[in-house]
This record gives sequence, structure tokens and C-alpha cells, in this order.
Amino acid sequence: MFVDSLSGRVTGLVKTLGKVQRRMICAASASVFASGCAQRGILDPVGPVASAEKTILINSTAIMLAIIIPTMIATAAFAFWFRRGNTKAKYRPDWEYSGAIELVVWSIPALTIMLLGGIAWISSHDLDPGKPLKSSKPAIHVQVVSLDWKWLFIYPDQGIATVNQLVIPQGTPVSFDLTSATVWNSFFVPQMGSMIYTMPRMTTHLNLQADKPGAFQGLSAHFSGDGFPGMQFKVQSLPADQFAMWAQGERGQGGALDAKAYAELSKPSSYVKPITYGAVVPNLYEAIVAGRQPQNPVPPPLHNPPAPPAGV
Amino acid sequence: MSTVNEAPAVGLTHHGSEDTGLGNRGPQSKSIVVPYGFWLFVLSDMVLFSALFATYASLVHATDGGPAGHQLFHRSLVAVETGALLASSFVCGLAVIAAKQKNMLWTQVLLFATGLLGFVFLAIEIYEFRSMIAEGAPPQRSAFLSSFFTLVGCHGAHVTAGLLWLGTMMAQIWTKGFQPHVGRRLLCFSIFWHALDIIWVAIFTIVYLIGTLP
Amino acid sequence: MFGRLTWDAIPFNQPIPLITSLVVLMALAVTAIWITRNGWWGYLWNEYFTSTDHKKIGIMYVVLALLMLVRGFADAIMMRAQQSLAIGNSQGYLPPEHYNQIFSAHGTIMIFFMAMPIIIGFMNFVVPLQLGVRDVAFPTLNNVSFWLSASGALLINVSLFVGEFARTGWLAFPPLSEKAFSPGVGVDYYLVALQISGVGTTLTAVNFVTTILKIRAPGMSYLRMPVFCWTSLASSLLMLAAFPVLTATLAMLMLDRYLGFHFFTNDGGGNSMLYMNLIWVWGHPEVYILVLPAFGIYSEVVSTFSGKPLFGYRSMIFATLAICILSFTVWLHHFFTMGAGADVNAVFGIASMLIGIPTGVKIYNWLFTMYGGRVRFTVPMHYAIGFMFTFVIGGLTGILLAMPPVDFVVHNSLFLVAHFHQVIIGGVVFAVMAGYTYWFPKAFGFTLDERLGKAVFWCWFIGFHLAFMPLYVLGLWGATRRMQHIPDPTWAPYLDVAFVGAAIIGLGIVLTVVQLLYSIKTRDQRRDVTGDPWDGRTLEWLTLSPPPHYNFAVLPDVHGEEAYWTRKQTAIKQDQLIAEPNYQPIEMPLHSPTGVIVAFFASVCGFAIIWYIWWLAILGLVGAFAVFVWYAWRDEHEHVIPLEEVIANARERRRIRKEHLHNLSQSV
Repeated sequence: MFVDSLSGRVTGLVKTLGKVQRRMICAASASVFASGCAQRGILDPVGPVASAEKTILINSTAIMLAIIIPTMIATAAFAFWFRRGNTKAKYRPDWEYSGAIELVVWSIPALTIMLLGGIAWISSHDLDPGKPLKSSKPAIHVQVVSLDWKWLFIYPDQGIATVNQLVIPQGTPVSFDLTSATVWNSFFVPQMGSMIYTMPRMTTHLNLQADKPGAFQGLSAHFSGDGFPGMQFKVQSLPADQFAMWAQGERGQGGALDAKAYAELSKPSSYVKPITYGAVVPNLYEAIVAGRQPQNPVPPPLHNPPAPPAGV
Repeated sequence: MSTVNEAPAVGLTHHGSEDTGLGNRGPQSKSIVVPYGFWLFVLSDMVLFSALFATYASLVHATDGGPAGHQLFHRSLVAVETGALLASSFVCGLAVIAAKQKNMLWTQVLLFATGLLGFVFLAIEIYEFRSMIAEGAPPQRSAFLSSFFTLVGCHGAHVTAGLLWLGTMMAQIWTKGFQPHVGRRLLCFSIFWHALDIIWVAIFTIVYLIGTLP
Repeated sequence: MFGRLTWDAIPFNQPIPLITSLVVLMALAVTAIWITRNGWWGYLWNEYFTSTDHKKIGIMYVVLALLMLVRGFADAIMMRAQQSLAIGNSQGYLPPEHYNQIFSAHGTIMIFFMAMPIIIGFMNFVVPLQLGVRDVAFPTLNNVSFWLSASGALLINVSLFVGEFARTGWLAFPPLSEKAFSPGVGVDYYLVALQISGVGTTLTAVNFVTTILKIRAPGMSYLRMPVFCWTSLASSLLMLAAFPVLTATLAMLMLDRYLGFHFFTNDGGGNSMLYMNLIWVWGHPEVYILVLPAFGIYSEVVSTFSGKPLFGYRSMIFATLAICILSFTVWLHHFFTMGAGADVNAVFGIASMLIGIPTGVKIYNWLFTMYGGRVRFTVPMHYAIGFMFTFVIGGLTGILLAMPPVDFVVHNSLFLVAHFHQVIIGGVVFAVMAGYTYWFPKAFGFTLDERLGKAVFWCWFIGFHLAFMPLYVLGLWGATRRMQHIPDPTWAPYLDVAFVGAAIIGLGIVLTVVQLLYSIKTRDQRRDVTGDPWDGRTLEWLTLSPPPHYNFAVLPDVHGEEAYWTRKQTAIKQDQLIAEPNYQPIEMPLHSPTGVIVAFFASVCGFAIIWYIWWLAILGLVGAFAVFVWYAWRDEHEHVIPLEEVIANARERRRIRKEHLHNLSQSV
């Protein structure tokens, strides 16, 4: 308990420092997406999936603390009261069993687990990543490919693609199909909720939604090699009409993501600045999953990623 | 199983007491302990094979457009090698009986026969592997073939190790005679040899029989 | 001629591994010279390296583990320093290709070459003594097992000077660990070292299951065995059942890398998900292999230092066996995010939570062991009580992680890292420190300094919390694991606190060494004259400290639970020992250099396989086989301890005990 309160004070102090630092860094940042510098992940959810998961996290913790805190108090109390120097405590040198106590100590964890188990069953089904989200709006589709060491996002319905930048309409479900071109990664936008693995020659499915506008951090949550720390990406949630304008505007602009461009993209690189492709060769994602696109050439053994850009 | 004259495991000279609780009379003798430990090792080896069987089951259809089991396996050949291995086990059992009777000639003859039949098994298996490789079905062709060669090959590697052990046992029996520790080792060898048979029956069924079902 | 080994393998142009290698080589040289100067090689060879005595083998395991703790901790503090420095524009001092080797080595070393050997070391030292017997079932095999573990540890450390280590994390998931994405020698070092030491572990399992089930003192039925022996049995059964899966899986990865097979590759129909499943089928039981004996240590410590029998003995055994079996049913919780679907995830989530039930029962049983006791706050008891606070939080976070939707946002994050360090440090490391202090006098004949011991405890307790509590917060904030560079500068203060915590743990490790040296220097002040310095309850305290090679002159008759305690109480009440038994000469197994030599050839063969030096690999294999054959040809297996020696030792013991128990009976 002493340790808990101490760490509470430290955390409080640190939070203050954090705020000051956060302001300084945000002020210095030249990034287009200036808001959301300080990442607070699941504790600052922006959509229904993340909110539900945060709730489960907090509720489960509370349920278990209700058991654990009394246990810790009892531990301290028994150890203290029955210390050898305490002549007031009754010494029972042969007391080693009590059916009543056995019943209670098996029941407490069992009942707790039954409760939590029920929550686990229900919530696993409710929050199954592949389950489409309930919404009046139709979902937009995004195909995600993890490369060494950046993220490719293909918008098959809009006919465009981006690298390390995921633009989505606010309040609209996003249905992801995910794969990897090389090794396993894990697509994760903490503020939006669930992550899912990306695996070569396989497709995983994820459904997320951002109800708030803004910029959120995305990353890979499964170690994938030397360029792994550079696999950060930005998610930008725009009001639906602005999203449509953006998609419309990007179409036909910039380069096309054809086989040649994809081969170029496949070369190992890290900390890649966002790219947008105004056209995408049809069925690119399907070809990648089938392994028909050029394999990522073997990265040289001592591959050094370039230094990260200023003001993350 | 233990007799009063039996060497107790690990230098234990206490012969038990009156009050022995719920049936424990002290450390067991070596003739119990050694085979028991060896059985545990064999069980762990079976877990190893289980992992390989599980892998085979997962990858049996992953032929990557290449040849599948029913195109490659020859039931007649497998029948012969199975017969050889089973006969080898039978003869091994006879050898252990001969050893119990301390009959040097028959022990060596039967152990030699065990090895010969085991060698026949291996020869057929090597022939099978070589012809598959020549036909364009090496283990590098597909995941199915990798798992086939590994599962069957692991068993073959165990048989090879067993034959090396067998040769050593024959030499040891010849030079040292039927001493207790030599007898225990022969017993362990025969446990190993029979266990390989059991695993082969599983391989034969799961890989070859099921793999060549019409 | 030398495969792919060239001079380029030596890190001349990489300062950190180069300097580390030089320092280690110098330390080895200094140690070798010091031993030579004192003429100790003969003693070490005869008394330790070739010993088949479970006590000596146990000590060697613990020494190996403590050395590897230093290496593993060095990796840890380097990681903490990097994460404190590499924020914003800074890339820190470790480029990714080094950082990635360091975290991979940290995990591999801590699990396989620190935690496993130290737990096995304690099992070795304590179990035969507690069972009231003279040695394990297969003493020479025991020695071989130790040296195979040492061989694996050697290879891991050689990777620092020659070549590189794996850059894949401690479980080397494909496809990253396949040849296409990790073409260097690193993953091969990892695979070969673990295969060699894995054989050793499987043989240890055979040894201990046989010993515990077949070799116990007369009258010691199953329900009269000490709890540490039960937990050692459960752990050994898990080793027996789980390690072959590791062997098979790593072998398949080796076949992919060496012979171009397609088990887990991206092409040819390979399936990397299969590796994930197989490796965790081993991986989850592995952590219970570590924690069950730790629970056993706590049972011994809490009951001894509460002056009471363990509360709910049968319930503890049932809980232990339940954990043992359940540990094989939960492996999928390590990859909920692989997308197996809601039904599968939910079933495995619930199964994972079920393990919390017997574990919770154990905590309550320890709690009620203290109730009605006379608690003495010795150093081991500090660790036990510290564990009870620390581990339950680790359990809480574990059950959170077992909830699939929660796992979806904290999988692979620093939250996960904090959880498993909490249960491993709070569970296993604290137990090991408690057991080290508790059984040290039995091994060496004097106790460790108490004050320094308490200082070490507080360093671990405070250091652990400072190092890992901030990581829970960062994990919730979206920080993933294995990051060579930190993306969010506002995380810096938390990482700095974590670094301070790691430094305090480092201080604790330094103080452990100081404590040992100081205790050796002042050992005469803390001699364990009676052999029972803690007023113990199990049979190891029946012997003098250290026990003779053969442990007991005559195997004790066991009448009921807590064999030693009841016997002691009777002796105190009657103020006399039991009648002098009938002594006999004792046969004990001979020493053998088999283990050392086999491990030598295994190391040679392993190194050769890693560097593709095929002729040397074959030589190594042939050499190992030749050693087996040579060993098998010996005619002398045992030596006899003469009757006079047995009687002299026994009577000396009786004299000392009589006096000690007489004093106790007067003070009652």
C-alpha cells in the first residue's frame, strides 16, 4: 500500500512534467497533423471498439482489485499480528486445516473467474475483430499490406493507395483486409482499439471506427526486423464529406501504384514519409496475398534505417 | 519384482521398516528403476513424434501444386518394410528371452537377426526416399513433402541410432557376459526397439494407408 | 575448410561487442590464473566437475545461473538505457541490429540459462535430501544434463565474440527467423544452443520423475512428501511432456534453414502459424515449469518461518497438479490477435483464467499458514511476503491479458512485458533468492549475512516496482515492445523511472556478490553447527551442514507428514535421540568425466553446425558417441564408503544433535 501511494505521487508529478513537455513538443512540431502529440492509447479511445475494450479493462480490474486488495491487507495483517514478538497472538502450532476456510478459498477465485469468464465469452463475441460494426452508414474498405518497414493502404473502392498514412471518414465503420508482403506484423491504432496480425499468404479481417475527428498514432505491434521502430503511421479521421473530397482529389494525382512502383516500394526502407498513389493496378492486394508480386528482396544483414524525421 | 539380493538403486542399504505408511518400502531396486526411467524417456520421445504427427496432419494438403501422397507412396514396398520391422521386433523379443537364459550363442544370433531385419527396413526406406527425390519430390518441394520426410525420416534416424546401439550391445554382451547392468541395458534397448515399432504402426496408418485411400 | 567462418565474424569494427568480449575474456583469464595459482584445478575437477553428487551438481547449476544472470541483466540495463536515450530525434547508442540482438539474448538467456538452471539446481540439491535418500535415480546422467546446459550457455556467449546472435526475439518466430529474412548465423546459434541444452533438460526430467516416484525413504508415501518435492514432480512432468515439442519445433526450423525445407516458409506451402502454435504449446508449460518449484520453495519457507505446518497440504497438492494439467490447455492466449475467431479465443481465454483458481488457493493457503503462527522475518520470509504482494498483481494483469478484447489492445505491449516480469521476478526470482538464503547453510555450513540480505531484498523489491510499474502505464498508452526508438517524448519520464528501477536491481545484484564475499570472509561468526539453523520441518535439516556425500548414514524411517518435525519434537520431549541404528558400509556412484567430455564434443559439434564446418560436426558427433561407448564399458560403477567412516560421521552427528536438542528441550 505504501508503494502504491508513493507511485501515485510520482505519477502525479510526472503527469505535470508530461503536460509541460507535451506543450513544448507540440509547439515545436512542424507536422501537418499537429494535434494528439501525446499518445494515451486505449485510455483515450476515439471509437466504439476502443471504448468497449477500455470499459472491459477497467471493470475487470475493479472486480479483481476487490478481491486482491483485501488479500493484500490480510497478508500484511496476519504477518504483523502473528509476528513472533507478539505475545498477544495465539500460537496454534498444529492448526493446518479447516474445511470451512478451504471452501471459501476455493470459492472466491472460482466465483470471480466464473464472472470474468462470462464477460470473456460475451465480449469475445461482441468484439470479434472480423465482425462488421453495426452502423447506418456503409463501411468503407481498406486493404492493408505490411511491408519492410512501412504500411501500404489500398482503397479499392476509391482507386487510390497511401503509404504510412491512413485517412478515414469519421463515424463510419472501416472494414480492413490485412496481409503482409514479407514477415508478420501487427496493425495497431491504439486509440481505435483492437489490433490484428498481418501474415504473408493469409488475410486477416478487422473492423474499426473513429467517432471523433483528429489524428491518431498507428504502429506495428509485432517485431519485424531492423526497420521495425520506423513502422509508425498516422491515421487521420476526417468528416465524411471531407474524406470524400480528399479521395476524389487524390485520384489521378501523383504516381500510379503499378507493378514497377510496387517493386520499388518493396525495397527495404524505414521511417518512410507518407506517399499517396492516385491510381492502383486492379487486384493488387489479391496478387500480394497469392504471392504473385515480387517478393521483398532479402534485406542486407546490417541494414541501417535512416534517422527519423524531426518532430515526430 | 525386487529380490533381497537385487542391487538397490544408488547405494541404498536400508531394507525398509515395519511401519511403512501407505505402502512405500523405501527406494526401489535398479531392476525397477532403470526400465522405469527409460520408459519415461520413451514417452518423451513419443511426445516428439506427436509434434511431428501434428505437423504432418496440418501440412498434408500443402503440396504447393506438387505431388501428393497417393501419387508417391507404394503400398507394396511399405508392406515389406513393415513386415521387416515387425519381424525384427519379434526376433528381438526372442533375443531377450535367450539372454535371460544366458545363452550366448542364441542371444547373439537373434540380436544379429534383429539388426539385419532392421537394416532391411532402413534400406527400403532409403530406396523410397531416393526414388521420391529422383521423381521430383524432394523435401524441399513443398511443405507436405518436408513434413513427410521429417516424420518418416525421424523414425528412420531413431532406427539408425538403435542399430548403432544394437551393435554396441552385441559387443558388450560378448565381452562382458550377462552381468546385471548389461541385462538392464538390453532390456532398455528392447523397450526402445518395440517403441519404434509402435510409432511405425502409427506412421504406416496415418501416412501410408490414409494417404493412399482411393 | 572452415565453412562460412571467416575473420569477419569477429566484431573488430563494433565497439560494444568487441569491448564486452575483451572484458569477458580477461575475466576468464584472471579467474583461470587465480585458480591455477591456488592449485584448485584438481579439487574442482574431482569434487565438482566430475561429481555425480546431486548436491554438487545443484551448486554448479546455481553458479551457472548466477553468472548468466549477470549477462542477462547487462542486456537489460543496456535496453533500459537505450529506451531512455533514443527519444525524438535521438537514435540512442544502439543501432537496431545491436538492440535487436540484445533483447533477443536477454530473453533467451534469462529463461533458458538463468531461470531453468537455477530452478533445476535447487531441485537437484534439495529433493533427494527431502526425500530422505542418497541421490537421484541416475547420478551420472544428472552430471551429463548439467554439462549439456553449460554447453548451450557457452555457445550463446560465444556468439558475442564470433558472429552475431539472433535478431528475432527469444522465440525466433518465422518468417523473420527463416533464412530469407535472417541469413546470418544468429538464429543458428540460438537453435543449436537450445537443442543441446534441451536434451539436458529432458534427461533431468526423466531423472527427477523417476526419483520422486520410485526412490524415497521408507514410509514416505506420496502424501507424506514435502510440498517442494510435489512441485518438483509436477515441474518435471511438465518438462518431460513439453520439451520434446520444443525439440521438434526447433528441429523443423533448422531443417528449413539448413536444408531448404518448407515447414514455416512463406513459399512452398509453409505455414508460419504452425510454428506459433507449436512453440507456445511448449512455451506456456515452460513458465509453469519455472513457477511451480518456486511455489514449492515458498511453501517450505512460509511454513518454517511461521512455525506451523503448511495449511491445506492436500489442497496444495491438488492445486499443483491442477495447474500442471491446465498449463497444457491455454497456449493460444499468446496469440489471440492471430484471428482464430471468437469461439476459439473465448475458450482459451476462459481456460487461462481457470488457472487463476488453483493459484489463488495457494496464496490463501500460505496466508493461513501464517495465521496462528509465530512469524520470523528472516530474509527468506521477506521474499515470501514480498512475493505475496507482488505476484497477485501479476496474476491480476494476467487475467486481464486472458480476456481477448483486452488483449487486443495490450498484446505485445509494455503492459505484457510488465506482466510477465512481474510474475517471473515476483514469483520465480524472489523464490530463488529466498531458497538461496534458506538452503545456503545446508550447502556450505554457514549462513549468509542477514543485514546485507535484507538490503538485497529491498533493492529487488523497490527496483522491480520502479522498473516495471511505469511500463504498465506505457503499455496502456500504446507502447509496444522491442522498440529501439521511442516515438513519443512524453513517455520519457516513465522510461527514466524504469531505468532507475533497473539500476536499483543492479545494485541488488552487486550487493548479492558483496554479501557472498563478506559472508565467506566472516563465516566463522555464523557457522551452522547443528545442521538445523532455521528450526526446519523437512528431512534435509536432519543432516549436518554440509551433509556427507551419502546424505544419511541410515535412511530415516518416515512416520507421517513432516517427517523431521515430528521426529524432532519427540526427541525434544523425551530428551533423547532415537536408538542408534544398524550401520552398514555404503555404496555410492563413482565420479565420471563423461558429462564434461560429452559436452565438449557437443559444443564442438554445435559450433561446427552453426558455421557449416561439416567435417568438424561429424567429428564432434563421433566423439560424443565414442564417449558413451567408453563410459558404457566401465566395470566399476560404485565405490564403497567404509563402515568406520560411516559410523564416525554418524556418531559425530548424533553427539552434536543430542546437545542441540537437549538445549531445546531445556528451553521449552
